[in-house]
Amino acid sequence: MLAKRIIPCLDIRDGQTVKGIHFEELRRVGDPVELGAKYAAQGADELVYLDISATQQGRRTFTDLVTRIAARIDIPFTVGGGISSVEDAGRLLEAGADKVTVNSAAVRNPALIDAIAARYGSQFVVAAIDARLVDGRRVVTTHGGTRPTDRELFTWARECVERGAGEILFTSMDHDGTKNGYPCEVFARLAELPVPIIASGGAGTVGHIAEVLTRGGADAALAASIFHYNEIPIPTLKRELHRAGIPVRL
Amino acid sequence: MIAVVDYATGNLRSVANALRRAGAEFTLTADAALLRRAERVILPGVGEASSAMARLRERGLDTVLPTLTCPVLGICIGMQLLCLSSEEGNAECLGVFPTRVRRLPSGTEAGAETGAEPVEKIGIFPAVGSLPVGGAPRLKIPHVGWDTIEGLRSPLFEGIPEQSYVYYVHSYAADPCPSTIASTDYGRRFSAALQRDNFFGTQFHPEKSGAVGARILQNFLTL
Repeated sequence: MLAKRIIPCLDIRDGQTVKGIHFEELRRVGDPVELGAKYAAQGADELVYLDISATQQGRRTFTDLVTRIAARIDIPFTVGGGISSVEDAGRLLEAGADKVTVNSAAVRNPALIDAIAARYGSQFVVAAIDARLVDGRRVVTTHGGTRPTDRELFTWARECVERGAGEILFTSMDHDGTKNGYPCEVFARLAELPVPIIASGGAGTVGHIAEVLTRGGADAALAASIFHYNEIPIPTLKRELHRAGIPVRL
Repeated sequence: MIAVVDYATGNLRSVANALRRAGAEFTLTADAALLRRAERVILPGVGEASSAMARLRERGLDTVLPTLTCPVLGICIGMQLLCLSSEEGNAECLGVFPTRVRRLPSGTEAGAETGAEPVEKIGIFPAVGSLPVGGAPRLKIPHVGWDTIEGLRSPLFEGIPEQSYVYYVHSYAADPCPSTIASTDYGRRFSAALQRDNFFGTQFHPEKSGAVGARILQNFLTL
């Protein structure tokens, strides 16, 4: 049976791992390759590396890092952050990434999703969507949640799939960093889409993750700080999910 | 020498990385003479079947590959190209494995295909405790992630337990046939791996399947 995936996310700035609390107040949490290898050995099903570098130099450092990750890690990994062209995606594929996430650039230029999917296949494109609740409406935001757009979450998610995104990675900016749990009713609606949904932002307990994988219908759960600070070690998490009857790779 | 067939396909680099981790020396090549001299040949592949098949033909490899006598391993699309045909782009393939590659069924089709099985049971797991299952009762395509293999019967799986998890990313799969050496269920049962004489194939990605995948590659290298 297809396992539900547990995915640690590593935010990278200038080649180093950092974790954003509400995408601010960055704290360093370790060497990205070593940390990724540690998570893989602990049973992570996949890794996500997000480049939050603001400079060209930082971006080049990230590409080099992707090459080193690909050489070392024997599970799939996804990279994202600042991908705004087919060439950017191709460069990361060449470096050894299994998938790329597109976020702000796709909101600005939705044809980017079509172009990457046409060139490298839908399995290579993950649409990362951030949204927050504004006056009862789930509004898509960009630039780390700081800029609201005129797009509505569910409409945009469907459009991403129609354009060729192979997976949706959704972060509720109202929940990210709070450790109060995921908005499961939102995930249950996203789960109606025909592609896998990765839930991100808000996990504080094993119960939160179990809930989004069951009631929320998510295919995978992505988290950062609970793993980085060893609040919920991956082996413990997977054992407890297994005990709850959720199919996980042990 | 191990030869990895270089025909401009996606996962060449990850296969190369996995071989490096296994400590194996290899060459990336599309040269027929080199392939004929190789001790092992790996045919990787990610992407679309008919265009991958066209790239093999452009390089004259469609006539070379089926005649190789050393152990050959096709991975993902590489395995599919060794079958009779693929529905993806209506590709005529190399015909080493006596089976056809068909699109995986989505939820509603899966219900139709398996007859009695209700669609609600496919693609999501049963309700857990007090947590009701949410989301859509249908099978997602592509089949992405870690799934189990069973009915293992080949030296390729030496030391690999039944129900081991391996990593999949695909929308098309080969029907079960006498060459099937491992199976997975996703909407329907399909060939997770195939073997006929010196030819092997895995639909999953051993190069991305952690310790289990590393062992399978090691088994292939030491057959």
